[in-house]
Amino acid sequence: MQPRIEVANLNLFYGTFQALQDVSLTVRACRITALIGPSGCGKSTLLRTLNRMNDLIPGVKITGRVLLDGQDIYAPGQDVCALRKKVGMVFQRPNPFPLSVKENVAFGLRVAGVRDRQTIDEVVETSLRGAWLWEQVRDRLDRSALTLPLDQQQRLCIARLLAVEPEVILMDEPCSALDPIATGRIEELMLELRKKYTIVIVTHNMQQAARISDYTGYMLLGRMVEFGVTSKIFTNPTEKQTQDYISGRYG
Amino acid sequence: MERHMDDLLAGLKMQLLKMSAMTETMIADAVSMLVNRDVTLMKGVTEREQQVNLMQVEIDENCLNLIALHQPTAGDLRFILGAAKTNAELERLADQAVNICQKAEELIKEPPIQPFELVPPMAKVAGEMVKDSLHAFVNRDVARARDVLVRDAELDEYKRRITNELVKVMQADGTTVSRALALALVARNLERIGDHATNIAENAIFVAEGRDVRHHLEEAKRSNLES
Repeated sequence: MQPRIEVANLNLFYGTFQALQDVSLTVRACRITALIGPSGCGKSTLLRTLNRMNDLIPGVKITGRVLLDGQDIYAPGQDVCALRKKVGMVFQRPNPFPLSVKENVAFGLRVAGVRDRQTIDEVVETSLRGAWLWEQVRDRLDRSALTLPLDQQQRLCIARLLAVEPEVILMDEPCSALDPIATGRIEELMLELRKKYTIVIVTHNMQQAARISDYTGYMLLGRMVEFGVTSKIFTNPTEKQTQDYISGRYG
Repeated sequence: MERHMDDLLAGLKMQLLKMSAMTETMIADAVSMLVNRDVTLMKGVTEREQQVNLMQVEIDENCLNLIALHQPTAGDLRFILGAAKTNAELERLADQAVNICQKAEELIKEPPIQPFELVPPMAKVAGEMVKDSLHAFVNRDVARARDVLVRDAELDEYKRRITNELVKVMQADGTTVSRALALALVARNLERIGDHATNIAENAIFVAEGRDVRHHLEEAKRSNLES
């Protein structure tokens, strides 16, 4: 499996507070990589460095490298908009726009200047199918996205992302607002999406990381304590800190 | 909803089926080597034992990963635990097949001794118990599993008869001791095959019904009569 993203010796500061300390990991193509750890350990901060979402926070300073397909995304002159199209993000709380289902999915296309109606319709259907949502919404594409149940809203956000053809999908606790049945559906969807996309997920739910991820990184106090194949992390971790966390003795 | 977990459990089942098939043929060939005095069968049995050992390790690793990564519950958990236990029984069955081959190799060199005619029917019962117990486990066939538990007594009786006859043979002719001991060990191997089959049958009942029937043969017999 080729590395898709390589993080090397990454340090991140919010002002004087160091949130990430010398973090390194490799995200492999078409695999699910999970980041786990107690609250405040830097998981979401690390996730946001992968598509420069931290740029939006005043006072953030970064040292080290984040390579996407061998290119440093923090090199001067990088097109951040193009980066965020290639590396899309799904957030904890579903955040559909206050528009119709169809317009939510088509939004990115319209911003990119696509006007052809047939193209938009085709992409909308393909994206909704890709998010396993088409059958539920095909007869109400013009209804407000805000009327959908939460798990469908989350899948709509995924469809919206798929419409602009990302290559990497970042997910920040995508199921924490959902019930167990809805969570199960999103997890099955992620396993399907993995066939085509590289996925990095932050989750508080260790069991979720165990169920769906191929690689897991355990973080603590801004450091990557251990990173490896998920089956090894959950059956025979190298570090005692990892063992303590996954067995519930810490955190 | 189709679950990723269902695919993984189906994969574990396939692994067990493959290991079961190999073990059954090993036992059949070992018995055939003994009964038909065919030494050419030994090499194939010992070669397959290496493959069975490898399969055992792979299946155990698969069970460990399934439990660690997927937090199975209820029937899924019982199946995985049952699979891990059955895995161990299958490996021991393969060992018994090799043991029979080793004793057969000794016995073939000399004329057969008196209670040898009891060995083929005993081996037939043992082989059927293995086949039925594996069928019961894979297909959650509780009735067939209970039948296996009841038939173990038949194997014990065969072993008893063979042992008693061998004692008489040895007492009558001291030159038969070596062959008699070898045959006694074969009878023990076949009886152990039956024990492993009953263990697999007990696993089958546990997986299907969530009931632990170990050490409760009378209960299994009563249930068998009632069903």
